[in-house]
Amino acid sequence: MAQQTTLPPAEQPAPAAEARPRPATDVAGLGRGRAAAFVGPAMVLIAVFLVFPALWTLYIGITNYRLTGVQARVPEIVGFDNYADALGDPTFHNALFLTLVFVLFSAVLGQNLLGFALARSLATLRPVLRRVVESLVLLAWIIPGSIVAFLWLALLDRDAGTLNALLQTPGLAWLIDYPLVSIIVFNIWRGTAFSMLLYSAALASVPPSQLETARLVGASRWQTLRDVVFPHIRGHVLTNTLLISLWTFNDFTPFLITAGGPNDRTEILPVYIYNTAISGGQMGYGAAVSLIMLVINLIIALFYIRLLRERR
Amino acid sequence: MTRIARIIAIMTGLALVATGCLGQSDEEPSDTQRGAEATEVTLTIAANAVSGGKNAEEADWIENYVIPTFVEQQQADGVDVTVEFQSSGVDDEDYKSKIALDLRTGSGADIVSLDGIWVGEFAEAGYILPLTEVVGDSVEDWDGWEQIPDAVQANMAFNDERYGVPAGSDGRVLFFNKDLFAQAGLPADWQPASWEEILDAGRALQGISGVTPIQLNAGTAMGEATTMQGVLPLLVGTGQRIYDEDAGTWQGNTQNVRDVLTFYQRVYGEGLGDPTLQQEAQGRDKSFAEFAAGTIGILMEGDYFWRSVIEPTAGVAPMPTRDEVVGYTKLPAMTPGSGLDGQDFVSMSGGGGWVLNPATEFPQQAWELLTFMNSAEATTELVAGGARLTQREDVNDEILADDPMLSFIAEEVVPLSAYRPGLAVYPQISVALQQATLDVVTGMPPDEAAAKYQEAVEAALGGADDIASD
Repeated sequence: MAQQTTLPPAEQPAPAAEARPRPATDVAGLGRGRAAAFVGPAMVLIAVFLVFPALWTLYIGITNYRLTGVQARVPEIVGFDNYADALGDPTFHNALFLTLVFVLFSAVLGQNLLGFALARSLATLRPVLRRVVESLVLLAWIIPGSIVAFLWLALLDRDAGTLNALLQTPGLAWLIDYPLVSIIVFNIWRGTAFSMLLYSAALASVPPSQLETARLVGASRWQTLRDVVFPHIRGHVLTNTLLISLWTFNDFTPFLITAGGPNDRTEILPVYIYNTAISGGQMGYGAAVSLIMLVINLIIALFYIRLLRERR
Repeated sequence: MTRIARIIAIMTGLALVATGCLGQSDEEPSDTQRGAEATEVTLTIAANAVSGGKNAEEADWIENYVIPTFVEQQQADGVDVTVEFQSSGVDDEDYKSKIALDLRTGSGADIVSLDGIWVGEFAEAGYILPLTEVVGDSVEDWDGWEQIPDAVQANMAFNDERYGVPAGSDGRVLFFNKDLFAQAGLPADWQPASWEEILDAGRALQGISGVTPIQLNAGTAMGEATTMQGVLPLLVGTGQRIYDEDAGTWQGNTQNVRDVLTFYQRVYGEGLGDPTLQQEAQGRDKSFAEFAAGTIGILMEGDYFWRSVIEPTAGVAPMPTRDEVVGYTKLPAMTPGSGLDGQDFVSMSGGGGWVLNPATEFPQQAWELLTFMNSAEATTELVAGGARLTQREDVNDEILADDPMLSFIAEEVVPLSAYRPGLAVYPQISVALQQATLDVVTGMPPDEAAAKYQEAVEAALGGADDIASD
């Protein structure tokens, strides 16, 4: 950062004593005051709605604050106890493990591969047909979560579910017997639209001449994909994977279907936080776990950004 | 120090200053007479009741009787009152979170319906205050108090102070389907004398295809329903309360808890119950629907089930043939005489009530509305649609005779009944009990589940000092 005392107001002549050439700091010619006025509202919003809640969470996380009871009136500072408790708690480990499995199978593999496959096969389809399929996939993404959850409950219901009727498996409780698989399939269904759209756009950027060349030299489909298509869309793959991983990592919708059950078998981290902080009333502990979750989010993001940089 | 570091430092400082206000400060007692002279008054009532859904009867009573009648009365006095009803129809735990957040932020309805077991933790949090602090000493003069038995008043009291007006009580019994009993060769006037006889009846019902013999609430998905309509009534049947007030101890890994969990294991391990249902997110609603459809033989519930769930017209899971087909009978102790105080039969009672929001703008008018809601006249109106045990003895005396179910509960069940402890930590113990039943239902041996339960209780109490175990 430059020393602010030497930043000249626009009308002042630059001091001759300044030896080093300095980059222009006021290209728009607004002056410090007006520039600040433009940036101010945004900074205030960020401060009020992002920085403050984050620090607040940090603070609550070192207290034994609860939703009700005497700790709601006079919370005590407990230091890093909440963090130690979380890191030593088998239910937290369970939640973290389930979240990673959930992200890996539903986002990194499921949505990514299905989205790509859809995008690639749709490209060769007749426009009318393509638009129909695209709309259907998009619909799953657009409908509000609570409605979607209701539809899936009806689909997977043990006694009167559509799936059991289709498969002729009456009485099979999908959400009890295969809870994690159910929410993974659900999330793939729900989120594939984004990957499909992104890959559709990315595939359009692959030069047709290169594809044609590959075809002429007799490259197989897989070779074309690996050596011609993939190098062009590598950046898109990483960006897409980063986004859907983070979204899935923080996704709360499975709660509407299983509420974390049965017996915590679908209690992914967002649900775990809800169950401990809101339902269980342990606000302090919940805040600590939220922060741990934020750190994991950052690690995931850094990992992908690293990969993205290596390409350049 | 770079500029970014400086900005962060300032932000942190600001945040820390602001965070000083976490928790509730002990404010000066506010003026109980505020707004007393206002001629334009708005009051809101919140309850976990919704017309056409959960507790529909109560919602309709508020909307169609309480509000219009009260507004009319006030208009006669020259006060322009608007009363609004904030209805909900959700699981009790969700309703509790919502109310806690409302009260915490100084918003929410003026009159709020609360379950009796939440009073302790809400009072400790400072979300609700003794009625005398919200309204003034005039609450002592209300003539309704002498009509409400002390045991019922205790539902809405904490540390010997009244925090609200109770709204009746209830009792837990075994409901059974007489049609299924006839098919299984069991008597229509069934009265088991021990847990073993419940299991025997279950085994007889097992022969009928498509029927789940016993529904004994288990698991965390059912929430407090597991504790109150499952574990606790069984536990008093072994001769122990969950919290022994004289000794000041909670039940930990004791023989009594293990006996209860063993009963769960027998019900679900022998295929007499449906373990899957206990784990489903909508399990309790489903159990209601299945009972109403005649596919559950025996079910332990409160009289709420009779008057609000399988009620032939307005119930959540209406059962048109209720009066002919559904029998009810007292819950036996584990063995004759093994119950609390040597009783042969046991039950648990609870009940909620109404509290005043300390942040109300019109404490006097809110109290007036609250006493109106609990007047003999309004209470009689509430039970006109269907019998229930009210908080008022004068009203009970009048309506008892007309309803066999109600008088059964009032005369035979409530005298045997035990109450839950009004302590703030109770809900956490309750969750630990629910988890223990879930563990057993999903195959863990009762001994192991009880040991795990003990650990959870220790975590909730912060040590093993106040826990009984053997």
